[in-house]
Amino acid sequence: MSCCAPGAEMALDLVNTGSVLPSSQEIRLASRSLGDDLHQTDLSVPTVHCAGCIQTIETALGKLDRVESARVNLSTKRVSVRWRGDEVPPFVVALGRLGYQAHLFPSEVGDKDRTLSDLIRAVAVAGFAAGNIMLLSVSVWSGAEGATRDLFHWVSALIAIPALAFAGGIFFRSAWNALRHGRMNMDVPIAVGVSLAYAMSLYETINHGDHAYFDASVSLLFFLLIGRTLDHVMRERARTAVKGLSQLAAHGAMVLRSDGARDYLPVGEIEPGMRLLIAAGERIPVDGKIIQGTSDLDCSLASGESTPKNVAPGEAVQAGVLNLTGPLTIEATAAAKDSFLAEMVRLMEAAEGGRAHYRRIADRVSALYAPVVHLTAFATFLGWMAVTGDWHRAITIAIAVLIITCPCALGLAVPIVQVVAARRLFENGIMVKDGSAMERLATIDTAVFDKTGTLTLGQPRLVNASSIDPAMLAVAGDMATHSRHPFSKAIAGFAHPGGQYKFDAVTEHPGFGIEATGAGSTWRLGRRGWAGWRARTGGEGKHGGTVLTKDGFIVATFDFEDALRADAKAAIGQLSHAGVSVEMLSGDTAGACGEVAEMLGVKDFVPCLLPSGKVERIETLAKDGHKVLMVGDGLNDTPALRAAHVSIAPATAADIGRNAADFVFLRESLLAVPLALDVSRKAGHLIRQNIAIAIVYNAVAVPIAILGHATPLLAAIAMSASSVLVIGNALRLHGFGANATLQVIQKVGRSAVSYSA
Amino acid sequence: MTTLLYLIPVALFLGALGVSGFVWALRSGQYEDLDGAAERILIDRDDKPER
Repeated sequence: MSCCAPGAEMALDLVNTGSVLPSSQEIRLASRSLGDDLHQTDLSVPTVHCAGCIQTIETALGKLDRVESARVNLSTKRVSVRWRGDEVPPFVVALGRLGYQAHLFPSEVGDKDRTLSDLIRAVAVAGFAAGNIMLLSVSVWSGAEGATRDLFHWVSALIAIPALAFAGGIFFRSAWNALRHGRMNMDVPIAVGVSLAYAMSLYETINHGDHAYFDASVSLLFFLLIGRTLDHVMRERARTAVKGLSQLAAHGAMVLRSDGARDYLPVGEIEPGMRLLIAAGERIPVDGKIIQGTSDLDCSLASGESTPKNVAPGEAVQAGVLNLTGPLTIEATAAAKDSFLAEMVRLMEAAEGGRAHYRRIADRVSALYAPVVHLTAFATFLGWMAVTGDWHRAITIAIAVLIITCPCALGLAVPIVQVVAARRLFENGIMVKDGSAMERLATIDTAVFDKTGTLTLGQPRLVNASSIDPAMLAVAGDMATHSRHPFSKAIAGFAHPGGQYKFDAVTEHPGFGIEATGAGSTWRLGRRGWAGWRARTGGEGKHGGTVLTKDGFIVATFDFEDALRADAKAAIGQLSHAGVSVEMLSGDTAGACGEVAEMLGVKDFVPCLLPSGKVERIETLAKDGHKVLMVGDGLNDTPALRAAHVSIAPATAADIGRNAADFVFLRESLLAVPLALDVSRKAGHLIRQNIAIAIVYNAVAVPIAILGHATPLLAAIAMSASSVLVIGNALRLHGFGANATLQVIQKVGRSAVSYSA
Repeated sequence: MTTLLYLIPVALFLGALGVSGFVWALRSGQYEDLDGAAERILIDRDDKPER
């Protein structure tokens, strides 16, 4: 067992009662074929965090049949498993047994990040050039004269050329692009400053001048590229992680032709009137009508309702729901583009306007900054021309102004803080899509929660376990391990390890329950009316009454309840404390909402809402001037996630929901929400401080440059100092984050204890 | 002064060597899991090192 998954045995229970494991079909669809019968599956395992974890996982998975190799990537918290054969090895179950919860992660073919390696290469080249030119410049500053100085200047010029062409290309292209479309961005002053400085230095070198600015123009590029790279890392890494975390909507279905032939067709090619075969454990790909078979459907993705729905021929089913127990034949009534799923996507796109007007702080600052810089430099040039009439001197000073106002500190200020903050959040199991999400989260004053699947786990939990005969509970547990039904999963958590009871045969009756025979008795676990065929039944409970019977007589009754998500109450308390008003929206009945609201201390809730109703509620709040945070998981929450100012979804959310959300939290605890808010607000403070530092620096440095006192040495020192100051300030977030991690671990530890009690 | 004529090229060559080494390491994926690399040193392995 690993050192760092405390109570991994407990985690076993959590997994059993916890999220729906991806079926082997889903895993196969998400894997990538490497040719030669070899497949690769990428899994996201958020709780991996040390050498012990790496070793435990790699050795355990490596021992499985048909698994070629398993490799843990600790930075991205992924495990890639290579396996052979048609059958998928049970690695998700194996991980669950070790205490690690895994989510599917479809591997993208071209998943190498081209831009990032381009940026890093540019940083390396610029760094090399800057370092060498600096060395030569130091010699010049310390008094090299005449021919030696000229030689050094020429060598510098030569080194700077490839650096400008290669590393500077990123800025030149961006600046040219902006100018061509009649816009201004931060890259324009950089491009102008860098190329003017180079041209001027070259002119000086040719004419045996004293000063050259090669070092300034190249080290400027170097610093800016660092900022650019950090910004990119921050956005891209989390974005692909979020994109990849997929539980997969159905990608296709088995179509039954009129001549009896069977074809597997992708979703896009399914047309109304086709008959589809849906096996137990598969998702229904399009809206349809059942023509054969009975089963239980998990509609939580579509409606947020966690209790499985029993269905029979003639009933309509919606795309995206999970078929739990029996095979079904359905007739498609709509093409994929007209289905419920597509309807949600349309609603989502319509609701998009909510945040379209938002502009990142860096963009807003640079929109002001660029014109000011150019005007200042130009005015300096005009001023010196007017005073001295020496155009050479005027241009030199204007360039010094342009360089000294370099948006270095500004270019670093925002991304460095966001990277540090995103890192903190990532370590706490929260992924951020991009920096603007944190900026938006910092401004919220209202939080809206969905009920099912967000405040609650969306999975039933056995509540009367203590009042059931332990022997009977164990029998039920062993039977329940044979089924994927959510109630079964809840009961299966109480099975004896290894299975104590030996049954001769176990069969699942779709829509009714599980039947097992052993030692001359017939056991049934399921619906009261079906299982207790000799007992006088009746008194169907809240969930239809699930019972265990022996030869037709009821020996145990099970009551289920949707469990609250860990720390839900604490999270809501912390949000209120942070000055955020909390509201709950749900598609569920007023009674069910009221119960949860009271338990959590939420005053405002709106029940019985359709997906569009949630969007309307959020829009009303926005119209009243509130900045709304939406926390939700279901497909039905997706439009609301998009409509809100900023949104958070749990990793168990529907694929589409995760894509719509700005933050995704991987762990069960809802404390992720106040933590994300806290870190974002802290990050916001630091960003504003950093911008202030950059502005103060300019206020001091620019007059010096305008007055013509800025030598290259002074410019280089000032520039580096401002950058280092900004980076140092951003790193202060580090200490804060460490405390927060500790808090969450303590909280999680406590909740795990109460879970097992 | 004449020493500079070969010292500068030598310095530049060594620098370029460093840059190309870095680019090679980057291409061969050695920067993909920095945290993992730091932790893996703690793992005992009987078998040969992985590629």
